[in-house]
Amino acid sequence: MDCVVTGGNVKVLAKAIHSLSRIGDELYLEPQENGLALRSVNSSRSAYACFLFSPLFFSRYTIPCGHAFRCKMAIKCVQAVFRSLSSLEKTVEKCHIELDGEKSRLTFTLHCKHGLLKTHNLSFQDSESLQAVFDKESCANMLRAQPRLLVDTVLHFPPSLEEVSVSVSGERVWFRNHVDDEAEQSKAMLTELCLSSDEFDHFAVGAQTSITFCLKELRGLLVFAESTGLPVSVYFDEPGRPLVLSVTDSVLEVNFVLATLSDDSNLRNHNNNNTKQARSPPPPDDFMNDDIDSYLIAMETSELAGPSDAPAPRSPSPNHTLTTQPSVAIHRRRLESGEEEEEEEETEDTERPPNKKFRSLFFGSVCPSDSQLTNQTIKSQEVLASDSDDDTQASLP
Amino acid sequence: MKFRAKIIDVGCLNHFTRVVNTISKLTKTCILRLTPHNLYFVLSGKVASGGVGMWCELSQANFFDEYQLEGVAPDTNEICLEVTPENLSRALRTSQNAKCVKIKLTKKHCPCLTLAADLPTLSSISRVVTHDIPVDVIPRRLWHDFKEPSMPDFDVSIYLPPLKTMKNVVDRMKNLSNFLVMEANLNGEMNLKIETDLVSVTTHFKDLGNPPWGDDGSQGRSQSRDPEVMAHTRVDIRKLQQFLMGQQVNPSKAMCNIVHKRIIHLILLHEDVSLQYFIPAVA
Repeated sequence: MDCVVTGGNVKVLAKAIHSLSRIGDELYLEPQENGLALRSVNSSRSAYACFLFSPLFFSRYTIPCGHAFRCKMAIKCVQAVFRSLSSLEKTVEKCHIELDGEKSRLTFTLHCKHGLLKTHNLSFQDSESLQAVFDKESCANMLRAQPRLLVDTVLHFPPSLEEVSVSVSGERVWFRNHVDDEAEQSKAMLTELCLSSDEFDHFAVGAQTSITFCLKELRGLLVFAESTGLPVSVYFDEPGRPLVLSVTDSVLEVNFVLATLSDDSNLRNHNNNNTKQARSPPPPDDFMNDDIDSYLIAMETSELAGPSDAPAPRSPSPNHTLTTQPSVAIHRRRLESGEEEEEEEETEDTERPPNKKFRSLFFGSVCPSDSQLTNQTIKSQEVLASDSDDDTQASLP
Repeated sequence: MKFRAKIIDVGCLNHFTRVVNTISKLTKTCILRLTPHNLYFVLSGKVASGGVGMWCELSQANFFDEYQLEGVAPDTNEICLEVTPENLSRALRTSQNAKCVKIKLTKKHCPCLTLAADLPTLSSISRVVTHDIPVDVIPRRLWHDFKEPSMPDFDVSIYLPPLKTMKNVVDRMKNLSNFLVMEANLNGEMNLKIETDLVSVTTHFKDLGNPPWGDDGSQGRSQSRDPEVMAHTRVDIRKLQQFLMGQQVNPSKAMCNIVHKRIIHLILLHEDVSLQYFIPAVA
């Protein structure tokens, strides 16, 4: 792999990394044909972010041919390369990212003014592919705003605030701080900001709804969006379904997928049956299960395929809709009884713990998509071991 | 019991915010007394606050464009609330560019002071941010604790040196000792002293001037006093530091009354706000 980023794009790359550091502790890097994907996820799997830089973003973009290359690194190490944003802007002319397969290292070379070269050799670990499955286009509600509007909004909430609730009606949107703890409720200060629909570039609300999500990750995206000046699109449905924040331009696509609180009886009261009927039935390929409320972010993982193995799991399509893949079949089989074994997995079985469904704080188990599973209810699915890759148990955001 | 007030002038809003910020740095909770002409932020000097007393008086007409008050009873046009000034400070902080800020006493899940700010926007409909700050209503039988403190019978009264200078000195002294002695005399001299086993440090201030208090008892007493003799009081240095840390604006007048070995009474006068702070002596 050999990529070169020049000029102002170095700062964009740096900002993307700083933004990703607000999500999780590890940076997942995957050079794909359609661009370089930088991803991160938090330890409770309730927040995921992906920055996809198209080949046009780079002045040179060569990806390893043959088997797909995927790795992950401690994000703090990568942040150290791009530490001071203001000096980056002034002194760095280009950034060269090279893969040293033999030594399992990614070399970041910053070419600075006056012929100065700063070389950082970062070691990485092979990793599974990290990809959240979500479908923006099928969301009932979509708002688009200039980042300034959202920055001004979150300004009213203290930096320590964990969760924020957003309620929409046809003409207005309300942002409120969410108070979780019963004991806190009587003593906590409540802040509410009401914005009218004409402050937004686009305001499409299917039905009145109210969702609650973590503010920290929104702030992470806003830091990036504000510096690029690109509008932020917010896609969401009912409580429990993930919220997607998107920033796009011709060379870059950013998606932040955040879990929203479900099982909130207050929110349930908001959602009467009308909401559900108003939405069109989900496409057959979607994760379906009758219990819509428990559906949330599903994380697809697949083993890192060796050279002789089955082809690497899907090339990402812009919509990221889930389609039945060999990797999904692997999940399902293992979950059910372990009777059928994927031969390719045999050698790796003993070393790696079984693929797990991701449980997160916010929601129940995840159902892999497969038509065979439609009859299976949530209750019959076992909870497997927690993510073994998170050996360094980062504290929850 | 009703309270509604409105601020529309940006300068008044800034000024009010600064006062609230200062109070929020001095104490975690305090009493807010609302009367038809004034607002008071009060700390009663009990053990709970470490014996520290505070009395901050604002003339409402200097801040609010509209001010309506209906007290707890027809004959007592006053409301007494326990508030956390930090909440008020936070609510005001992000509303500095508001077109108008309204404060009302409301009953939400509990009694609240609701602050609603109309923020400027490009659209025709304004952006409204509302903060509900929970408060406790203080019953009348407890009001006697929150009366205006009487001027102590002081031994020496002296103008303070620039607060910033004092703060720098006290900050450094705090690293060396937990207690500080403040002494002053009627010759305009003040010393701040600390003493430990290893070191003693004294900072001397001269030519500070002594406020002329006029014809009251204290003046009489101090008139017969030898101007060279120092009155001193030993206090917890953190309390003095906390007082100095909170000051954001230079007051028009700053003075200090010392009751020998009993109490330090600090008085700051701004144009429309007065702040009194009492720090008790420690043995």
